[in-house]
Formats: sequence, C-alpha cells, structure tokens
Amino acid sequence: MTDTTHRPGPPEVVDRVIIRFAGDSGDGMQLTGDRFTTTSALYGNDLATLPDFPAEIRAPAGTMAGVSAFQVHISDHDITTPGDAPNVLVAMNPAALRSQIGRVAPAATVILNADAFDERSLTKAGYTADPRGDGSLDAYSVYEVPMTSLTKGAVTPLGVKPRDAERSKNFFALGLVSWMYTRPVDATLEWIERRFVAKPEVAQANMVAFKAGHAFGETAELFDHPYEIKPATLPAGTYTNINGNTALAWGLIAASELSGLPLFLGSYPITPASDILHELSKHKSFGVRTLQAEDEIAGIGAAVGAAYGGHLGVTTTSGPGMALKAETMGLAVNLELPLLVIDIQRGGPSTGLPTKTEQADLLMAFYGRHGEAPLPILAPRSPSHCFEVAIEAARLALTWRTPVVLLSDGYLANGTEPWCLPDVDSLPDLTVTFATEPNHTGDDGERTFWAYQRDPETLARAWALPGTPELMHRIGGLEKEDGSGNISYDPANHEHMVRLRAEKVARIARHIPEVEVRGDVDDADLLVIGWGSTWGAIDGAVSRARQAGHRVAQAHLVHLNPFPSNLGDVLRRYPRVMVPEMNLGQLSHQLRAEFLVDARSVTKVRGLPFTASELEQAIVDQLKDA
Amino acid sequence: MTDTLIPTTTRKDWTSDQEVRWCPGCGDYSILSAVQLLMPDLGIRREDTVFVSGIGCAARLPYYMNTYGMHTIHGRAPAIATGVALARPDLHVFVVSGDGDALSIGGNHLIHALRRNVNITMLLFNNQIYGLTKGQYSPTSEVGKVTKSTPFGSLDHPFNPVSVAIGAEATFVARTHDMDRRHMMEVIRRAFEHQGASLVEIYQNCNVFNDGAFETITGKAQRSDMLIPLRHGEPIRFGAEGDRGVVIDSQRGAHIVDVAEAGEDALLVHDEARDDPSVAFMLSRLARGPHEPTPIGVFRDVVRPHYGAGVEDQLEAARADRGPGKLHDLLRSGATWDVG
Repeated sequence: MTDTTHRPGPPEVVDRVIIRFAGDSGDGMQLTGDRFTTTSALYGNDLATLPDFPAEIRAPAGTMAGVSAFQVHISDHDITTPGDAPNVLVAMNPAALRSQIGRVAPAATVILNADAFDERSLTKAGYTADPRGDGSLDAYSVYEVPMTSLTKGAVTPLGVKPRDAERSKNFFALGLVSWMYTRPVDATLEWIERRFVAKPEVAQANMVAFKAGHAFGETAELFDHPYEIKPATLPAGTYTNINGNTALAWGLIAASELSGLPLFLGSYPITPASDILHELSKHKSFGVRTLQAEDEIAGIGAAVGAAYGGHLGVTTTSGPGMALKAETMGLAVNLELPLLVIDIQRGGPSTGLPTKTEQADLLMAFYGRHGEAPLPILAPRSPSHCFEVAIEAARLALTWRTPVVLLSDGYLANGTEPWCLPDVDSLPDLTVTFATEPNHTGDDGERTFWAYQRDPETLARAWALPGTPELMHRIGGLEKEDGSGNISYDPANHEHMVRLRAEKVARIARHIPEVEVRGDVDDADLLVIGWGSTWGAIDGAVSRARQAGHRVAQAHLVHLNPFPSNLGDVLRRYPRVMVPEMNLGQLSHQLRAEFLVDARSVTKVRGLPFTASELEQAIVDQLKDA
Repeated sequence: MTDTLIPTTTRKDWTSDQEVRWCPGCGDYSILSAVQLLMPDLGIRREDTVFVSGIGCAARLPYYMNTYGMHTIHGRAPAIATGVALARPDLHVFVVSGDGDALSIGGNHLIHALRRNVNITMLLFNNQIYGLTKGQYSPTSEVGKVTKSTPFGSLDHPFNPVSVAIGAEATFVARTHDMDRRHMMEVIRRAFEHQGASLVEIYQNCNVFNDGAFETITGKAQRSDMLIPLRHGEPIRFGAEGDRGVVIDSQRGAHIVDVAEAGEDALLVHDEARDDPSVAFMLSRLARGPHEPTPIGVFRDVVRPHYGAGVEDQLEAARADRGPGKLHDLLRSGATWDVG
C-alpha cells in the first residue's frame, strides 16, 4: 500500500458472474453465500445457487473432508443453473483451495485468506509445497488477503477476544466480495443486526468485519476496479428468493388451504429432507400438525392414519427412508387413500452421499413395492417449481384417492432461485367431496355404504370419514371385493382389482397437461428430454446448442406416471432422443420399454448436478453419431 | 362428538355383518364378545369409534365391529392409530394387536405410542405363539419352547408385556384374561376411560398352536390360588381364603408371603396412581411366567397430559398469537422485491 489514497476505477459492467465461497465447515461459508445471494436477489439479478457441503457436521478442521462450499451464479438475464465453472473462488484455507481449484474457470479470480496458509494447514490439506509459490496458480488471478489478521485488527478494539474475533472473517470476505460486485451494503448490515440480535457483541463484530472487508476492497491497491451486474429484466411481479424445500413446504400448506383439509406431516429426520419438517413445524397457525415419528415407517403410518381421518397426509424422506416406507405405500395403494410421499433424493445406495444430489429413485418410485402397486409420480424441475408440484401432487392424491410420490432431490432442496410469487386466488380449487350418505341398495332394499363404490370417470372410490353416521366401514390391506370393500379371495375379483387399480392411475393422463416441446419443434434432429432438477442444465445446454446452429428440441417431464398422453407422439417425432439423468438411465429405460424408441441415455452420478456445458457437449456428440 | 344424547345401543348394533373366522374354540371369541358387550355401556357413538389393527389373528377383530376400522400392516397399528388420534381428537381409537404384532415387528411403535401417551386404547392379545403363520414361537414364548421354528427349543428370553409397558412409562397398564368376561370388560372399560395411552394385556388361549398356555393360572379350579387381583387402595392378597399376599422389602423386592406369617399390616397396599413406576414394575415381575401366581387388574393408572391435547394446545396458541395463517402473507414472509 502507498501513502496516497487508492482510488479504484468505476465499476466495469459484466452480464454475469459465478462466485464460489469455500472454507472449513465451521467458517460460515453457507451463511456467507446465502447472504450474498439474498443481496443480489434484492438488487434484482437473476440467480441460481448450489450449496455443496459435507455430510459430517464438523469434519477435522483444515482437512479436505471438512470443506464446505457455496456457489452462486448472478446475472442480468434469465439463467437456470448455478453455473458451470466459477469465475471467482474465495478460499478461506489451503484445503478449500486444493479441493476447489479444479472446478474454476480458466483465468478465474482466486481470493485467498493468506493468514491460513501456514505450514500446518498446508500439510493438513495435503500440499507438499505452498501452491502460492510453486507456479500451480499461475493461470489464475490470485489475490492474497490476510483476512484473519485484518478481521482481528478491526474487531479487537471492540473488546472481542482474539479467538472470537477470528470467527468474523467470513463477514470480512463477504464485505470484500460485496465491494467487488457493487452490492448494496445497508441491507446486509441491517440483516446482520437482526440475525444476531440475541448476541449484540457478535452482531457488532460481524458488522465491523463486513465494513472492513468492503473498505479493504476500496482502498487496497489489489483491485483495479469493481464489477457491476445490472438487474435482470424479469417478468413484473413480487419476487422472493426460495429454495426447493421451503417452496415444497409452502406448497403443502397451500394444498391444505385449497382443499380445506388440515395438513398432517409424519416424518423422521433425514438429510436432505429434514428442512421440510422444520419449516412445516413452524406453521401451526395454519393448523399444520407435524409428528417427528420414531422411525420412517411410523412417519408414513401416522400420515396414512391421518388421511383416514380426513387430513392431507404427508410424509417426507430421502432414499433410505423410501425403502422403509415401501410396505406402507403398498397399504395406501390398497386402501385407496390420498397420501403424499415426498422423496428428496440423494446419492445411494444405502447411506450413500447424504448431502449430494442424485435422481436414482425413479424406478423405486415406479416399482419399489410388492405386488402390482402403481401410483402417480411427479417431479419438480426447479426450486420454486416445488410449490406448484406439491399442489399438483395433492390434486392427484385427493381426486384419485391414491398415494402420490413426489421426487425432488438434494440440488432442488437446497438450491435457490428468484420466484415470482403467484396470486393465491389463481391457485386451483382442491375441494374434496366426502361421502355423507349410503350409496348402495342391498338385495333386501336396505341402504348401505360401499367404500369401494367408484366414480365412473376417475374410478376413485367413495371416501367417508370416521364420525359420519351410518357409513361405518372397515378397510384393510387384504384384497377386497370391488364395490363393497369386503374381504375377497376370489381369483377373478383379484385380477379385476389389480387391473382396476392400474387403470385408475392410467386414467389420470386424461387430466394432466400434455408435454410441451420447445426449441426447434418442427425440424429438430434431436429431442432432449429430462425430468426433475436437470431442467436448468438441459435448458441452458439446448439454448447454447441452438445458438451454435444445431437443431434441437427440448421437453421436460413433470408427470412421470402416468406419462402425458402425447408423450409417445413427441418421442417418435424426432430422429434421435437423448435423456440426461443423474442415474444410470432410469427414465430412458422407462421410455424405451413403454414407447419402443431408441432413447439414448446420458448420465452423471457424481453427486453433483449436470453443468450446461457438459450437456451441450453431449448434444453435439449425439448429433455427431448420426 | 356432540353433546346431544348418545342413542341407546345393544351388542347387535356394534356387531358388523361379517362372518367371524377364527378357529372354533379360540380365545379371541370371548374377547370379541366382551368388547361388543362393553361398547353400548361406554357412552359413545359407533361412528366416532375406530378400531385399528396390524396383522395376526387378533388383527381381524376390526372387521367384526360395526364401527370405523382399519386392518393395516404388521406391527404398525400403533403408528397408524397415532395418526388417526392426532388428526381426529374427537374419535375414540382402539388398537387391537397380538404378541408378535405388538412386541416383535411392532415393538418400536408400541413403546413410542406409550411414552408419547397418545390417546389410544390398546388391547394386546397374548397367546405366546404365532397363530396366523401356523405355530412359530413368539416374543412372549417361554425359553425352551418347541415349535416349528425351534425344534430344539427356543433360546429367546421372553418379554413380559406389562413390564415392557411400565418400562416405557405407560400411563395405564393392565392385565386380564379370556376366561373371565366380567374382568375383561371392567379392565377394558378402565383403559377406555383413561386419558392417554392405555395398554391391556389379555392372556388369550390359542387352542390350535398353544393350547392351555394359561390353564395353570386361569383354569376355574386354580384361579383363586394363581391369580392375584390388584385393587386400588386395598392390600394385595389372594387365595380362596385370602391367605396369601404381597409384601415389598428392601432385600427381595415384591414377593409373596403367607398373610398369617407376615401379618396383614405388612401387605402392600396397591396404589395404581403412584407416579413412580417402580412398584408397578416390581408387581409385574412377581411371576416369571403364567405358571406362578400372577397379578391381574390395573397395575398403573396415572395422570399425564396426553399427546394430542398438547398438539391441539400448540395449534390454538399459535392461532391466538398470530391469527389464522394467511397464504398470501406466508409467501411474502422472506425478503421480497418488486419488478416492473
């Protein structure tokens, strides 16, 4: 630094940037990234985020295993993914640098906490030589900032103990990056004050650290000038930044309000689904009942019991819990009761990768029960889309008296995006008609209630709630006679019921939207079709491929069982069909089996979402194969 | 439930049109009779009553009751009934289970429903054998039991259902048997009246796979010497002349004495409302199996707020505090911004 005050130049306007914050699990990287995201959202950028954290709560400090990262992509135009390779990496220690450097873009900006690069930390991270001096970072713009000591220097005058002072260094980093990208300051300072209201001295230290980081950017001669990303032009409306689990929880509350049925969640804590339980347990003023059950089976069991009582019964889980719930899902299929089973998929099998994303539960959702036990399956495509799909799942469950599986995943659960809030008056009416009087006349002329008397169009059975006089009836997992619901071991009846339950689910296709095709609808050489959270990357890849002159069409499935009624026609319309999935080809298996098309699988099972450039390459390769 | 008069009913009103399909001579028939005979006296409506069961012979009972009912899956009835009871506190929820269903595959759900004190009445038909799967040993079968799956004798140490329930700090625990309809009706009535989770173990004879398992203690001739009636507030004594009784001392815990030797004043006065479960637990350990003098009646009946009441209180408090939830406001509860 020189004696004269450094005056950085005016901000350079760029259209987008991908920033990755990385540090030790205890360094507060998720909080830092989250706050940077909110500031950018409020500023009006479009954005998408990807939190990436270890399964261990606090892995040994300074190790590669303990690195927690948060990636955010901010832009002045519509974007759908958290970005491919970061343009900026903030690394709070050597392990963060070593674990993340392989991901960053060529010539990326790398900001290091120089204080953390002592010999011990370098060794812990597995470095044999200091990467700052061995030439391995030459391809990047590296900025060494002594964040720990600068933070300590700033906050110790407040009377904060040195040990505690160090904890504010993530706010120093946030301040610095906020300066670099001309983010508004006041909102963050107010947020810090609110967030740490119970600990005013911590709030004070964090605010001072944030300001020190910001001032450092402005005064240190490291940076020529800051950058600016103008607000995106998004459709008019009120926006909030939302992650998939919150959107899903709110969608369930909305479905409860729209149906008039109280919401009942039976759940057992499991990553990455627990936040839905946390969120719903807050909203008792909506009449939401949440039971943290003794296990996964009890969670779904209680939800089935609540559904029998006339509540909107929901259970939330991830893969291992899905396995445990299978028998009870079969019961719900047989009882023909509405039930929502929400699977936030993660890496498997077994415990697998609890905090990483995957889409490998699709065939389990289709077939993971004994006997012929079909049920509707839905998958949201983006974090905010979880809201709409939760309502749609409730619509199907309540209308057809069936359990419905909703397949989200770890990426949607924790990733965020701006969401243009819907007008609540525009949401669908989910009112349920319950049976209130006998619906069958016996041979003796007596009026009785038949619990399996069906609506001729939907094939949904009559639903009478306990407490309704004269409609007392028993339901159970044994095969029942169609109509009366009495136990029946009759062979012909069983075949009839098996086919009828399948037909009931199949008929839902009459009442769901057709799959839409976009892109080169009429003359594409390739159709790219996906489901669930791959939508953002597919959408980005298709746009890029089309810009590069390829003729590509794109379709994305929300309804996976039954498939939309026009899907076969769509698949057969194009000479090639490519199916990107974060599994080993489960949807493509279904499409091939159902429609006899050569659906080619493109797969990734690294616990990480596809990037748009990976899929762009896959599209190019598919077309080359022609 | 409304405050209007509950119509008078008879056993017939509570009996469904389904043919009862237990083996002839099964103890389940007498339990079903006791339940159907008791229902008209409980002051409740059929439509407000739900019987939930799992899998096993006992689990067929809901089909025979003209109430609402769910015959579900093996072991899960307490969990499913928990959902019914929490969703609909206005209903009277019964759970019917057997020793395999409640204590083996469903052991976890049983203890958690008990410790949560969910407002359900659980009837546990204990015949110490698997009936529906045709004769394997159960978690209440005695050590050495020779069955199809234990041709050399069972090595498993059995559960004592009453001990398990008291260990889970159930607020109501009782035992009765299928040879005494009046006692069954009285105990089940008490269980029903209890607010919270109640567990009634019912010794039930399986005349096909485990005939006479309880004969030593429930047979008419032996009963007075082998069954120890528990009566709240009374000294615990039994025998045709009341000549034997139960005392507690620091060395041997609860044990049986001759009243003449120990003296009437030494006898343990039964206090089912005692909050500390340890005396009730000691009583549950008096007999090592149904071949020694065995206490029957209510072991424990204590007051603790039931789970559903707490759930409703929290909902009410939240509404009183914030007013009924509004979806429009919920969606705007985070940071928002306007475009255009």
